Amino acid sequence: MTMFLNSLRLAVRSTLANKMRSFLTMLGIIIGVMSVIVLVSIVQSTTNSVSSAISSMGSDLITISVTDEDVVLNKDDYMALEEYDSIAGVAPYLTVSSTARSGSNYTTVSAIGVTEEYMEVAGRDLESGRSIVASDLDWRTYTAVIGTEVAGNLYEDYDVIGKTFTMSGHTFTIVGLLSESGSSTDSQILIPLTTAERISDSTSISTCYVKASSTGNVAMAQALTEYQMLSLTRDEDSYEVYNMSEILDTMDDVMNTLSLMLGGIAAISLLVGGIGIMNIMLVSVAERTREIGIRKAIGARRSHIMMQFLIEACVLSILGGLIGLGLSALGLQIFAAVADMTISIEWRAAIGSLLFCVIIGVAFGSYPAAKASKMTPIDALQRN
Amino acid sequence: MLQLEHIFKTYYVGDETVHALDDASLHIRPKEFVAICGPSGSGKTTLMNVMGCLDTPDSGRYILDGVNIAECTDKELSLIRSEKIGFVFQQFNLLDSMSALENVELPLIYQKLSQKERLERAKAALDQVGLGNRMQHRPSQLSGGQQQRVAIARALASNAKVILADEPTGNLDSKSGNDIMRLIQRLSQEENTIVLITHNAEVAIQAQRTVYVRDGRLYNTLEEAGIV
Repeated sequence: MTMFLNSLRLAVRSTLANKMRSFLTMLGIIIGVMSVIVLVSIVQSTTNSVSSAISSMGSDLITISVTDEDVVLNKDDYMALEEYDSIAGVAPYLTVSSTARSGSNYTTVSAIGVTEEYMEVAGRDLESGRSIVASDLDWRTYTAVIGTEVAGNLYEDYDVIGKTFTMSGHTFTIVGLLSESGSSTDSQILIPLTTAERISDSTSISTCYVKASSTGNVAMAQALTEYQMLSLTRDEDSYEVYNMSEILDTMDDVMNTLSLMLGGIAAISLLVGGIGIMNIMLVSVAERTREIGIRKAIGARRSHIMMQFLIEACVLSILGGLIGLGLSALGLQIFAAVADMTISIEWRAAIGSLLFCVIIGVAFGSYPAAKASKMTPIDALQRN
Repeated sequence: MLQLEHIFKTYYVGDETVHALDDASLHIRPKEFVAICGPSGSGKTTLMNVMGCLDTPDSGRYILDGVNIAECTDKELSLIRSEKIGFVFQQFNLLDSMSALENVELPLIYQKLSQKERLERAKAALDQVGLGNRMQHRPSQLSGGQQQRVAIARALASNAKVILADEPTGNLDSKSGNDIMRLIQRLSQEENTIVLITHNAEVAIQAQRTVYVRDGRLYNTLEEAGIV
């Protein structure tokens, strides 16, 4: 133990004695560690923010989309799915693209004809007012729940309840305001499904949301939905049934492969850094041949000399790794501020690359250390 | 104490064969102060290297303090160098990155002594050679004579039974050289076994006994060696 501490003290001292050389040697490791940590952290943070955006839309949400225009399904065809236990809600919807006008203001909108269950199933929230209710569908009222972007474009404020606008030749009264989502749903207008059917002059509905009763039931609900669609259409190419968690899984796979690949490329620079350490350790052994001779003459064993140089290589690589870690934490902060993203340091990459540094220190230090320890004292002393 | 029997050591330099040691036999008793004297190239340094377990002979037997060196492993040789032999070199061979005290401590680290004991013994050894007030100086801040004292202190601190001094005064002016020789004389009276290697007959006569080396062979008198 004292032997180890003495070697450590000596290694730190010799590292500090040649500051410039030590720094240049460590540079390879510093850059390697930085690139591993920074790249992996950025990829992981991006993945996390994208997947949280997707999962906020509900990973228990299944989307049905009829792609064949000849297939005509109406509301009740979809509502039959509500019978199943694994399905919590069904919300067929009909999208009508149109222009909404209020006074001299107008804006292009997606008017979505919805049932009273739509808000619950699609996971939408109200900022104020009320949502579309069953009586709106029964009476085919011209009521609307609008997104914040629509409100901004038409009225330039959010105090919109009770105000009216015209769309497709009808006057709609606003009964509710959707809470802001930051996505394309902010430019939507929700109207009663029956009203939308009347405007588009059709009862054919090609899109529907299905909500599973729990995340564990998603696969079951999806299978049932597909079965229902197949029995309705008798053509599996005429519709698509997909689910957000599938998309999420695919994205996770892609991102993991990407971060592994980037991390691997960055690890090569760590390897190059390790070779730099070996190079400098060989120089150090040659420079200190006489010292090795003296130490051997006064009783140092092979293992002592071996340990001394091995510890020195490890000190160089670990110190380089720690500096790299510090710099990548700093670099990520700056990147996060500039790119306006939340980026957290990826600890698995940090710990992994630091461990890699120790391995590099031992692996690339052992050849020079072995070379030093094998010198006979007489050879070492006679060389100047 | 040291017993060399029919030691041979041959070097091959290019096409030339150099018999550095040619049937060398020598017996040194405990507490004896022996000078080994010979011109350069006579084989005296090879002799010291063999005696100091830095080099192994091609043939012959070398017994140090009852141990047959030929049978020792590398690790055991390190242990012998650490505990039984103290070297004093012509070029001092101190480590420049360390203070005088740390240099003297170094062999004690390899003996695995506690820090307290190391400090005590290193300080005592430096006091003994009259450098008690220069402990924190680097070798480069000391004069040649002082550096050689540090080297002697290093040999003393390890409680070595044998001190091997290879031209200890070779790099010193005559005054410092005389000081070092007086120190060595004193150490020999303090019950150390000392082997002094020199080409200088003036230095050699200060020993109790002188052995002459010529072309790898040992002689007891100058006449036998054919040097006169």
